[in-house]
Amino acid sequence: MNSSFRPDSRPSDRSVVQFDNVGLRYGTDREVLSDITVTLEPGRFYFLTGASGAGKTSLLRLLYLAQRPSRGIIRMFGQDLITTPREKLPEYRRRIGVVFQDFRLVSHLSAFENVALPLRLSGLPERDIARPVADILDWVGLSHRSTASPASLSGGEQQRVAIARAVIGRPEILVADEPTGNVDPEMALKLLRLFEALNRLGTTVVVATHDAHLRENLPNPQILHLERGRLTRRNATSSEGSRR
Amino acid sequence: MRSRWDHWERIEGWVQRWRGSDAAQGLIPRTRLAGPIPSVIAVMIALSVMAAAAALSLSNLAHNAQAEISGGVTVQIVEADPTARERQARLALTLLGGVPRMYELRRVPDAELNALLEPWLGKDFATDSTIPVPALIDVRLKGQVTAADLANLRKVLAKKVPAARVDAQSTWLGPVFDAVNSLRWLAMGLIMLIGMTSIAAVWLAARSAMAANRATIEIVYMLGASDHQIARIFQRSAARDAALGAVIGMAVGLGAIAILARQFAALGSGMVQSAWLTGGDWVAIGAIPFIGVAVAFLTARITVLSALRRML
Repeated sequence: MNSSFRPDSRPSDRSVVQFDNVGLRYGTDREVLSDITVTLEPGRFYFLTGASGAGKTSLLRLLYLAQRPSRGIIRMFGQDLITTPREKLPEYRRRIGVVFQDFRLVSHLSAFENVALPLRLSGLPERDIARPVADILDWVGLSHRSTASPASLSGGEQQRVAIARAVIGRPEILVADEPTGNVDPEMALKLLRLFEALNRLGTTVVVATHDAHLRENLPNPQILHLERGRLTRRNATSSEGSRR
Repeated sequence: MRSRWDHWERIEGWVQRWRGSDAAQGLIPRTRLAGPIPSVIAVMIALSVMAAAAALSLSNLAHNAQAEISGGVTVQIVEADPTARERQARLALTLLGGVPRMYELRRVPDAELNALLEPWLGKDFATDSTIPVPALIDVRLKGQVTAADLANLRKVLAKKVPAARVDAQSTWLGPVFDAVNSLRWLAMGLIMLIGMTSIAAVWLAARSAMAANRATIEIVYMLGASDHQIARIFQRSAARDAALGAVIGMAVGLGAIAILARQFAALGSGMVQSAWLTGGDWVAIGAIPFIGVAVAFLTARITVLSALRRML
């Protein structure tokens, strides 16, 4: 019997992401992820937990299409991404917002330019960019810092710019790797509320975190727990707990 | 049926896509990308322009000279006795006058012959009967002289003008044309080498720019940038740098051509004049900077696209 946990593993028309028996190894090393079978449904809020080295970042990399798996099948937005040609992947990436653990802001661009980046990459005309960027910076409380360079922003401010950049394109999935790792508890809670607000608008949110306090602040979240590269349930929640 | 408005919307769509991709230009800091490309391209374009001008000049020289002498035959009457030489020369003129395709027949006057030999044999050699100088007859046929034509001329003269020696002018100048053609090929080879060096320089610059901006590339890639969007950033930058280098290189190359042309013009030689560049040649030389920019553009694009496939 397969030991891996299979939350909602039944194929679902409503799923936004389906992993089927996915494995990942780097080079010839042992697998960092094994037998991952999971279905993520639209509009749900997932916490990805696990000890350091359990494979959280690797799983997130598969989710935001930075990596192809070594084996298994990944379906996203109804498409089999294993057989999808490389040239087609950018259009799927644009439907995914990513908050990196280390922010990854472009150092020579201002906060405004960083947030505008996904819109510009999607080919939106300049006249349609300024307004939403200003709105989203206001939403994360950084409208007064829009011209600041990343180097002149505090850790928390950089984090909020990264979040604003991740959500500016109204992604269908938001993937965040330790998004509150560099901010104080008060700011962490504030950021969680931002994710919640986005989730209420229908975005599927996946947050990798060690922060138990953060998880406790969200009623009935879906927990995806990784142990040594395998997915196990830690805190089972019923579908009634979904935040649709 | 499409209305004019539909077409306008399509045009606006293209403009928007162009502007959208243009907006991504600021992703790579300008100072990091420029590097040595402008100066390398400037040197390459200057060398290419000079090499091309040399190749085209030599080509013109060879072409014009060959056209001039292609129908030419020289008949020498090699006879030590001046009386017999004179008699045979006159007879040869009569016999050659009846040859088919004869265009021009002229005996080179003794005065002209003496003037040609004077620099080597001295002023008084004409009066010194101990130095026999052959009589020369310049023959010009319509069209190119073939081996059959030469055989026919020899046959015509063989019986009655035994001292006649018949040679095609092109045979004499054959080694000179071979040398000119070798120089022309050398210049073309040089242009090819310069082109390959330019490609290598752009390839290295593009790769080094990519390595320097790897972090930014990874970020924009994860945000949904396509390979072509990323490549566009580098290819445009490479083209812009190459254009700057091309302008400088073209100016230097043209300056060098002007100086050389002035020096050769001072020689006042007819051979040099036949090597002047034509309007078509100037168009070809003028195309070199554009070709240089296009090569830099394409090299950067191909380099970046192939590197991205390996990198991400």
